[in-house]
Order: sequence, then structure tokens, then C-alpha cells
Amino acid sequence: MGLKNESVLREEKGIHRFKIDLLRKTNESSSLIPLLQSAQESYGYIPEDAIYYISELVGIPAADIYGVITFYTQFRLRPLGKYLIKVCEGTACHVNGAKKIVKAIHSELGINIGETDPDGFFSLQSVACLGCCSLSPAMMIGDRTYGSLTVETVRKILKNYREGAIEE
Amino acid sequence: MKEIKVGLATCGISAGGTAVFNEFKQQVSEKNLPVSLRETGCMGMCYEEVLVEIIENGSRYLYGSVTPEKVKRIVAEHIIENKPVSEWIVRGPDSGEQTDFFRKQKRIVLRNCGDIDPGNIDEYTARGGYNAIRMVLSSLSPEEVIGTILDSGLRGRGGGGFPTGLKWRFARQAEGDKKYIICNADEGDPGAFMDRSVLESDPHSVLEGMMIAAFAIGAEKGYIYVRAEYPRAIERLRRAIGECGARGYLGSRILGSPMNLDIVIKEGAGAFVCGEETALIASIEGKRGVPRLRPPFPAQSGLFGKPTNINNVETYANVPWIVVNGAEAFSRLGSEKSKGTKVFALAGKIKRSGLVEVPMGITINEIVFDIGGGIRDGKAFKAVQMGGPSGGCIPASMGELRIDYDEITKTGAIMGSGGMIVLDETTCMVDVARYFLTFTQNESCGKCTFCRIGTKRMLEILERITSGDGKEEDLDILEDLAQTIKRSSLCGLGQTAPNPVLTTLRYFRDEYIAHIKEKRCPAHSCPHLITYRIDPEKCTGCTLCVKRCPSGAIAGEKKKPHTIDPDKCIKCELCYDACRFHAVIKI
Repeated sequence: MGLKNESVLREEKGIHRFKIDLLRKTNESSSLIPLLQSAQESYGYIPEDAIYYISELVGIPAADIYGVITFYTQFRLRPLGKYLIKVCEGTACHVNGAKKIVKAIHSELGINIGETDPDGFFSLQSVACLGCCSLSPAMMIGDRTYGSLTVETVRKILKNYREGAIEE
Repeated sequence: MKEIKVGLATCGISAGGTAVFNEFKQQVSEKNLPVSLRETGCMGMCYEEVLVEIIENGSRYLYGSVTPEKVKRIVAEHIIENKPVSEWIVRGPDSGEQTDFFRKQKRIVLRNCGDIDPGNIDEYTARGGYNAIRMVLSSLSPEEVIGTILDSGLRGRGGGGFPTGLKWRFARQAEGDKKYIICNADEGDPGAFMDRSVLESDPHSVLEGMMIAAFAIGAEKGYIYVRAEYPRAIERLRRAIGECGARGYLGSRILGSPMNLDIVIKEGAGAFVCGEETALIASIEGKRGVPRLRPPFPAQSGLFGKPTNINNVETYANVPWIVVNGAEAFSRLGSEKSKGTKVFALAGKIKRSGLVEVPMGITINEIVFDIGGGIRDGKAFKAVQMGGPSGGCIPASMGELRIDYDEITKTGAIMGSGGMIVLDETTCMVDVARYFLTFTQNESCGKCTFCRIGTKRMLEILERITSGDGKEEDLDILEDLAQTIKRSSLCGLGQTAPNPVLTTLRYFRDEYIAHIKEKRCPAHSCPHLITYRIDPEKCTGCTLCVKRCPSGAIAGEKKKPHTIDPDKCIKCELCYDACRFHAVIKI
């Protein structure tokens, strides 16, 4: 392990911040989760090398770090597509037809929850509640929230992303 | 000078608020208008987002469903010519608008929400903000503060309902060189968004509540544990904490007093169980958020083994108001054992969904009908789901029930953090129970066998029933499992996970029986138990359904009634949604 991917990691955007965070937070006993969040923000996911790197610096065994990563739904061990779709499956969305929305995304993109499409453009995730219950059913793409969805509007929104009509 | 306020909490932004704000900005600078344009948080009327308020000489006009196109006319007529565009006003100085939504509300927690700019500490102080901490620091002892909170009758708004003053007293009396204070902003209940709205719309009231609590128990360090799914709340909190530091409300020797306090934000990483106190503490310490046995309670041994006080966002937001207005003013509101007000996140099949704050003791019907405007699309009111996955469904027949901690608990549901999802006749109660079990089963931390495996077994049974393979003995097994899981689980997640099943079994048993014995879903919601047909009387042969059907199950000539082939139908319901004549029916 170790050095092989290090140069690749360095090239990625955000690595600088991750390193600074590492240095700043190393001495805090409760720094593990913020460090993992910082790594994920820098790389888009948590690379194996980053786990070993953090392990060495904070003195927590890599296996324990892995245990923390897999406990929380926020953390990913694999990279995501360019756009992350978070479909809300909260109670209000559920009773207002979230299932249809998931189906519509599936039929448009051919991916299920937890998957990324082959060209790495979209990833699909479900979340317990986005807190936009008054706009249910809702989904988030990147930082944007879309509410009062219908099968038609979902198709239109995805098409707009595909065609580059929506920029981040 | 006129003031224009645009509601830019998550709900407003999602509905297109940023574009509306920018359009106002452009119009104001283009036409060089003498107005003050500001952003604000959630005004509560989420169903009318984007909301824009125009204020002049104390007259307030609230516009609903504003779009950038509408901005032009509002500017031309209201701002320039002083003629409010009456057809778009949802609340104004003249009666006749939708004031019903606000009539029965009493705003304490939401006192500033939608009124002030959450990003500007001066707007908070201009409304009396930070007067409570000044009062506390200049003239009250910690014991007096705790006494005030005890006398007010404030109970924990995160759902537990434990007397807040008592919790503070325990933490005050605990021995420890160092003490901590935590704000639980890990609002994980699906269907609850009041904490997010308060943090986004009025972060300073939460910070001030924490300061007062820290003074009362003697803590010098505070944590706010907030969901990472709430980026805007985190951003506004961060800004508010920065402003407080710069003005001397946080840091060392606060406002010249001997009190020191630092508050830091910890972003949650997405685990429902972390809403539980001991799990939350483990998570702040950087571990897996697994709950532990109590006692010792956090008040004795909490974060890093030190005495710790944890309260929810809404609980803290109440505190400054109580200090300034007095315990008596608070305890006058509400019912005998539940004082003050409660914020509810009203959503589901309701006409007016949004954030409402009402005095305890109000009835369910008053919230659903008088405030919420009743059920959408002329459907019948069936139940309210309260308390999220730890709660349950209260049937419409109990609509006159007065809402307080104890009355709700008697029904088998719980107050919870205040999510209130309204269900109508098209909602299948077995499916609702299945939905919540899916959630708790996913979120069980796995420490207790009964919770980990018991909820899994319950879920399997519910899935079987909703797909038409239920057996008669299933109901007994469900009840037996439910009781065992409740008794044998360590934390609140497991102890309450069976509640949605138990309440639906109690009030809607006939629906379970219809699924099992008659293979029928009375609400026409479970896909396996319904077939779609076209009513030849109503079908006009417009062919819209044929075009939408992805499986080629619909056939028929133009302008003549169509038919659905049940063997080809994949029950996607696209035809049902598409038909403009209600000709597609579910049986």
C-alpha cells in the first residue's frame, strides 16, 4: 500500500485543505470523524490510502477507522459520479409518492439506489429526510433541492443535467 | 422606506427563492429604488414558498408563490405606485387573506423566524436578542436560572419530555472539574424539520439558550451536533458563532463577566441512532455512535466522562424568552402538565404544509383543519403520524384529542420532536408500518439482538402482508415480537421501534385483516394487491395513457374506450397519474 497512489492523491483538488486539517486536528482525541469528513470533501470519497494515513497520524488502528466509516451513512469508500442524486424517502415523501420518483430515475438512468451510471455522470442515493417535507416528494442534486416532483419533472431535470443546461 | 424580505431558508431556496431575490436586487439597482432588500429565514408558510414580505410604516404584506416574473409587477405596482397586488397577497393588513394559518398560533420558539436576517447579529439584538444573557450575567445566580426554568415547566422538546430545569440541576450538582453542554441538532426523524428551520432562521436564539444553560450548570465548552444533511443550517450557525465571538458574547469573560464559553460545531455523519444522548456523545468522541446503558446519565458522566447537559434545538430556543418574560408567562400557556408551545412540522396530505407553533393543549383537528386547511384533493382525513419511527398513527376519530406529552403517549404514539404527517384515505396503514420498520431496521446500530434481528423479522412479516402473502398467525407474532423488542432493547431506538406497528394494529387492525384474508388493500396502495382498469364511461379515448404506458399494456382505438391488459401491466401508475378524466381506476 502506501506510496503507490500518493502522487495521484496529491494531484486531486482539495488535498491541501485535508493536509492542513490533519495537522491541526491531530492532537484532538475526538478528531476522527471531522478528519474523515475532510478527507471525503477533498477526494469525494475516502481512499484506502487516506485511511492508513490518518491511522498513522492519530494512532487509531485502521480497522477501527474502517468500523467508523462503515457505521455512518455519510462516508463512502468509492468515488461518486459527477452529480449525486439524493432522493428523499422521508415519511412525507413516502406518502406523496417517493417510490414513483425512484422508479422514474431508475427508468431514466438505469441505476438503482447505491449505484453510479457507467459514464460516471450520476450517482443515486436515498436519504432518510431532507427536511423539505412541505415540498414532498423531493430530491437533491449536488447542492440543489428540487421539490413537488412528478415523474415528468424528474425526467426534465435529469435531461437538463445530461444536456449541460444546469451548471454546478 | 419600504423593506423587502425574501424567505431564504432551505424551503424557500428549493422553491426558487434565490432567483426571486436576485430579480429584486436587479430591479432595485436598475431603478435606483429607495428600499431595503434583505434575506430572512422560514416564515412557516412553506406551502406558499417563495414568500416575500413588503413592510412600510408597520403595514406588512406577505406575497406567496412569488416567481421572478411576478417580481416585476410587484415592483412596478407595490413598490413604485404604492398599489399592493392584492391577488397575490397571502397575508396582509386587511382581513380576508389566509390569516387562518396564523390565527391559532403562538410564536415563542419561532418569534424571530422569517422576520430577521439570520446572518446579521444586529437584527437579533434589535429584537431584544441577548438581553436574557445580559440579565442572567448581571443579576441572577445559576440556581435562580435553574429555578426559573423549573418553574416555567419547560420539558425537553426533542421528544423525551423530561423537565429541562431538572436536567440542568443534575448537571449543576454533579461533581466535575470540567463540564460540557451539548445542543442536539441531529434531527433524524423523517418528517421533522423544525430544528433545521430554527437553526437556519434564528441561530442566535439557540446560541443564547446554550449560553444561559452553560451559565446555569457551569460549563465552559459547548458543542452543537448538527446533521451534515443540513448544510445551510451549519453555514448560518458558523457565521452566528463568529459574530458572537467578535462581539464578546462568546469566548472568555463574556460581556465583562467572569463567564467563559466556547461553542464548536460537530457535523453528524448520518446515523439516526446518534439522536440518542449516549450515542451522540460517542459520536462526538469520534467513535461509532452506539448507545450505552444508563445510568450513569450524561449529567453525571457524559462527554469525555465529564458531567454533560444535552438539550434539543427547540428547547434551547425557548430559554431566552422564558428568562426575559418570566416563568409565569410561559407556564400560563399550555395544558396542566405540558407548558408553553410546541412547534410542529406539518406535512403529508395536508393543504397547507409548513411550520406551526401552537400552545400545548390544542386539538389535532384544530391543527389539521383550522391551521392546515384540511386534506388535499377533497380526500378524507384518516390519521396523523406523530413522533416519526418512534411514534405512531393516531386515527382521525381521535381528532378532538388535546395535544400534550401525556395525552399523546396514551394513544401509543409519542410527541417526538414534532413531526406531524397527515395521512388520507389513500394511505395504506400496513404500508406505513412497513415503511417505518424499514427505516428502524436500517438504522439499528446492531448492538442489541432484539433490535437488530427482531425488527428484521417484523419487517419481513410486514413485507409479506403487503405483498399479499400474509398468514393469519402473523398478527400474533408481530405483537409478540413488538413487546419483546420494546422490553429488551437498550436505547430509545429499539424500545420504540415497534410503536408504528402496534398503533396501526390497534387502530387499523381491519386493514391488516383485509390484506391477509381477502388479499385486498383497502387504501388501494399496495401494488401487489391492486389491478388497474379503465372505466369505459369516463374514458374519452384521448390516448394519453397509451403514450405513457411503458409496458404496452394499454390498447384501444382513438376516441373509443381503452383497456388495460392486467398481464402486461407493471403497476407503475403512470396511466393513473396521466388520465385527466379519472377514467383509470384501482381495484
